[in-house]
Amino acid sequence: MTALSGHGVVLDGIAGENTWRLEDYLKRGGYAALKKIIAEQIPPENIIAEVKKSALRGRGGAGFPTGLKWSFMPRAFPGAKYICCNSDEGEPGTFKDRDIIRYNPHALIEGMIIAGYAMGCGTGYNYIHGEIFAEYERFEAALAEAREANLLGSNILGSAFSFELHAHHGYGAYICGEETALLESLEGKKGQPRFKPPFPASFGLYGKPTTINNTETFASIPYIIREGGEAFLNLGKPNNGGTKLFSVSGHVNRPGNYEIPLGTPFSELLELAGGMRGGRKLKAVIPGGSSAPVLPASIMMDLTMDYDAIAKAGSMLGSGAVIVMDETTCMVRALERLSYFYFEESCGQCTPCREGTGWLYRMVHRIEHGEGRAEDLEMLTGVSDNIMGRTICALGDAAAMPVKSFVKHFGDEFAYHIQHKCCLVPHEVQREGSKIYVEHAC
Amino acid sequence: MSERQANSMLSAESLQAIDREVAKYPADRKQSAVMSALRIAQVEKGWLASETIEFVAKYLGMPPIAVYEVASFYNMYDLKPVGRHKLTVCTNLPCALSGGFDAGEYLKQKLGIDYNETTADGRFTLKEGECMGACGDAPVMLVNNHRMCSWMSYDKIDKLLEDLGK
Repeated sequence: MTALSGHGVVLDGIAGENTWRLEDYLKRGGYAALKKIIAEQIPPENIIAEVKKSALRGRGGAGFPTGLKWSFMPRAFPGAKYICCNSDEGEPGTFKDRDIIRYNPHALIEGMIIAGYAMGCGTGYNYIHGEIFAEYERFEAALAEAREANLLGSNILGSAFSFELHAHHGYGAYICGEETALLESLEGKKGQPRFKPPFPASFGLYGKPTTINNTETFASIPYIIREGGEAFLNLGKPNNGGTKLFSVSGHVNRPGNYEIPLGTPFSELLELAGGMRGGRKLKAVIPGGSSAPVLPASIMMDLTMDYDAIAKAGSMLGSGAVIVMDETTCMVRALERLSYFYFEESCGQCTPCREGTGWLYRMVHRIEHGEGRAEDLEMLTGVSDNIMGRTICALGDAAAMPVKSFVKHFGDEFAYHIQHKCCLVPHEVQREGSKIYVEHAC
Repeated sequence: MSERQANSMLSAESLQAIDREVAKYPADRKQSAVMSALRIAQVEKGWLASETIEFVAKYLGMPPIAVYEVASFYNMYDLKPVGRHKLTVCTNLPCALSGGFDAGEYLKQKLGIDYNETTADGRFTLKEGECMGACGDAPVMLVNNHRMCSWMSYDKIDKLLEDLGK
């Protein structure tokens, strides 16, 4: 199994065979929050106030305050309103939601039921990345357990509150992690993002008010209700409440998910992940998923892992996907692979992104293959600037930010490629550093 | 055999599975089940031929072109025949840092094919995939979309091919 370490909120350090089961979750204090809400008939606005107090911020990438988002929902709106969970985890480097669904799906289910209660919604959908089909099936099995126990469905636990929840799967489109593309996909269409405004809180699924949150965000809710918003806030630091799952991949000894308080130094996280593979030197880290700007080792080693500190250093906490690269990494080649990804995954709707991502990829590709031109570096930045802010959704920015940051921090390496028509790091060194590494697997 | 089944391209089992998906959505929103319906159809048929897409369209009351748009947008649907076992290797950056590239090269060599090709005996198709959301398990590959194989060392790749080849 994946290396896991927990501090008691979302994964609780659990990763056993049966931890996903309702029985196991109940033993861990599961559904206590929901039962409390039902028994004490806690007013919905009090729940939203508690979530606001916790300073929980969206765990999918944007870091938007969850309580504030919930307060945008028009509770009094007559008719259908929806809750959607975004488990379409396809941002390279991110693999936390898979473990939540795999090992603790009832925390997510309970969080969504509470969200439905707080926002007056009767139906929810969990949109699950198509590539993790086993987790889709597990989530359906967990839903069946919850229905059986009257935790889901009509008149939950004998109350007047009813809520139904279903699983929906993607089938291979990164763009569906964008919330309005996700809604289009849920409606049975191509996943092409919608123009905003209107925002989903007023025009969402089937044109009805809808709130979309990330898996980890929902899974944090039971703790917040059970222990109180303040307890959650105190786990992290002001404006950055709680713990966060960090998915550590790349050149470390123990890639895996690590749940740590926000504000933990990067050096500690690196240690948790077993340190650098082969004792090699850290070169660079992408701290928040492939779309976040890369940072060189010198900046990373002084950084704490929270939204504000990483933003101040010029990057993003994003989804908490920490991609670690050591000295054997060719930064041009690394960027080439990422640029190909955005080119491949652009939905094609907006011209700057559709054409620009291809342009970026072809330029980085030719630099990597010894055909770079002197003017390419400037042009890479120029094309990036012309994509950013000029598209309907953030995929354009996501494609441009890695390019700009790689060139900014590792410009010398790009210039070397252009001048010498080869890599600064010899190919055999690269190959050795990134060979198949499975020693940590059990 | 019911009348519905007599005219069906899909088995009774597949139709039941599609019906279960349809039931998740409001009665006038059957279209929401199209992604599942295509997945179920593909599992039964191996790939999505035009006739299969048209059947799904009719079954869900959608224009065939709308179903085709979905089938062609999402990359796990196969609009052309593939081998009995489709292997999709993730070569995105996080996987590549832990051997994703080498795993792909090894598969090419073992199967004697390149990406997007099928072995002459029709057993294997090899694809290069994008992030599957399991980067901690690198190298990662999918077998026929739904089975994820983690930490694929050379030995495990050998074993997988042997098992699938039987």
